[in-house]
Amino acid sequence: MANEQITREEVEHVANLAKLALTDSEADMFTDHLGKIFDVVTTLAEVDTENVKPTYSVTEMHTVLRDDVANNAHQSQELLHNAPEHQDTLIKVPAILDGGAKD
Amino acid sequence: MNFLHTDIQKLHEKLVNKEITAVDLVKETLANIEQTDATYDAFLTTMTDKALAEAAAIDEAGIDPDNVLSGIPYGIKDNLITKDVTTTAASKILEGFKPIYDATVVSRLREQGAVGVGKLNMDEFAMGSTTETSYYKQTKNAWDQTKVPGGSSGGSAVSVAAGQVPFALGTDTGGSIRQPAAFNGIVGMKPTYGRVSRFGVIAFASSLDQVGVFTRNVKDNASVLGAMAGMDVNDQTSSDQPVPDFTAHLDGDIKGFRIAVPAEYFAEGVDNQIKETVRAGIDKLRELGATVDEVSLPHTKYGVAAYYILASAEASSNLQRFDGIRYGFRPENVKTLEDLYVQTRTQGFGDEVKRRIMLGTYSLSAGSYDAFFKKAAQVRTLMNDDFQKVFAEYDLIVAPTTPNVAYDFGANQDDPEVTYMNDVLTIPVNMAGLPGMSVPAGFVDGLPVGMQLIANRYQEETIYRAAYAYEQATRLFEKVPGGKD
Repeated sequence: MANEQITREEVEHVANLAKLALTDSEADMFTDHLGKIFDVVTTLAEVDTENVKPTYSVTEMHTVLRDDVANNAHQSQELLHNAPEHQDTLIKVPAILDGGAKD
Repeated sequence: MNFLHTDIQKLHEKLVNKEITAVDLVKETLANIEQTDATYDAFLTTMTDKALAEAAAIDEAGIDPDNVLSGIPYGIKDNLITKDVTTTAASKILEGFKPIYDATVVSRLREQGAVGVGKLNMDEFAMGSTTETSYYKQTKNAWDQTKVPGGSSGGSAVSVAAGQVPFALGTDTGGSIRQPAAFNGIVGMKPTYGRVSRFGVIAFASSLDQVGVFTRNVKDNASVLGAMAGMDVNDQTSSDQPVPDFTAHLDGDIKGFRIAVPAEYFAEGVDNQIKETVRAGIDKLRELGATVDEVSLPHTKYGVAAYYILASAEASSNLQRFDGIRYGFRPENVKTLEDLYVQTRTQGFGDEVKRRIMLGTYSLSAGSYDAFFKKAAQVRTLMNDDFQKVFAEYDLIVAPTTPNVAYDFGANQDDPEVTYMNDVLTIPVNMAGLPGMSVPAGFVDGLPVGMQLIANRYQEETIYRAAYAYEQATRLFEKVPGGKD
């Protein structure tokens, strides 16, 4: 890990996973920026963490229960006002496939 | 009306004595914001109609003489959702979004009679330390408009420091309350993780985010935190620990307080004049009766690295929900659903947000998980252990809030890691879920310096008591930004 560097291909792969499109110059910029950030984060390799438990949360993490009663229901019309496009009680989105016209 | 030379307690007396009505107070607050915000650019939205309606209802019911927040106007960071009021987290992707409910902190303050007057600028999704990553505007430091206000709660800090509102809410994930409070010379409190509900907070890093308060003085801060803290059924991480009256023991007496000063917070990289200013502050606490020892928090220097992995990983997951389907920005001319996702996110997020999503996605991806995400979480354990060792023997940790005072706009633009390193003194508190406050400690080159007070979990009272004693001894709150009074 200490000498790990991020490549332009990795940046493009990660952008793809995160559903982000990068132009050529953006891919260059993010490769440069993430490389500099990597120089910082890879210093963690110096720390001896053998047998150290990871901390993902600092709360007591006990289960909180409530009665299984619906509240804040009947807000579907209000919610729809925020959707960029809707019809009746449904949100409109583009087709999943481009009319089969791909390629 | 501005609030440079007054506070919540004094405003409350005026309201109770009918020297001013709640409606007139809101009107004068909004008029002053209108007049001054061209200078500061702290506000994204004002809530005129809603605020006036709420104030009118309070006047009609009568000001509650036992409730100091009754009829008091305040500002809200724009990542706290507000019913029917545009809430963007300063991102293009949430342009025009009007939530259908209020964040718990907002509804609790309303129940206490506080009146929200506007939404405050911030770094996009709270990712940044200068408020420059906002899609909408660049907020200016209250003391020098050529300097950054700090961030991410830059608008909140400036609105209070410039006297636009008597208090404001912010959020703090890695220093986003304490650092801008320091940069603007006011009191900024980040409570214990779990002390305040996160319901209705637009999530950045869920294991680190916490809502807190900006005020001109310590007692006001304690009043507001008390009004919004406590268990909330809508947030499973909110704590059922009893909420004490944080204002109860503000008497200036800190005799016997055991204060620890961590050597690592005075390391190379922290400006010498800041070190001197804060050391003088620590001397003052000693004069007031505290004992002071130097201690070590040996993993401090790894905090930034571990934080940026964990916070970015959590952010990459939290920000998956922004897909252009249900709310906010949706691009034109997209052909397929996949295209909609990609174009919404590509056009809707700014560079800093993209950078962190990519770092987070990388940290969580197969092959990197152990070396990045898990490793960072293990370092987090070591940082917690460092703190617990100190708190076994001490009541309070005192240190600088920031390595430097407010700097010029555009600094470090091409070197994000330099900006990240500026958070080295505030991040550890979030990693360990501790309460931390920045309190004004003086000036370097005419710009404010913050002193950071850190206590063990749920010991906010200790911080408030020490900060109050210090503030009353130094009376630094009497010095206000010039030119706009």
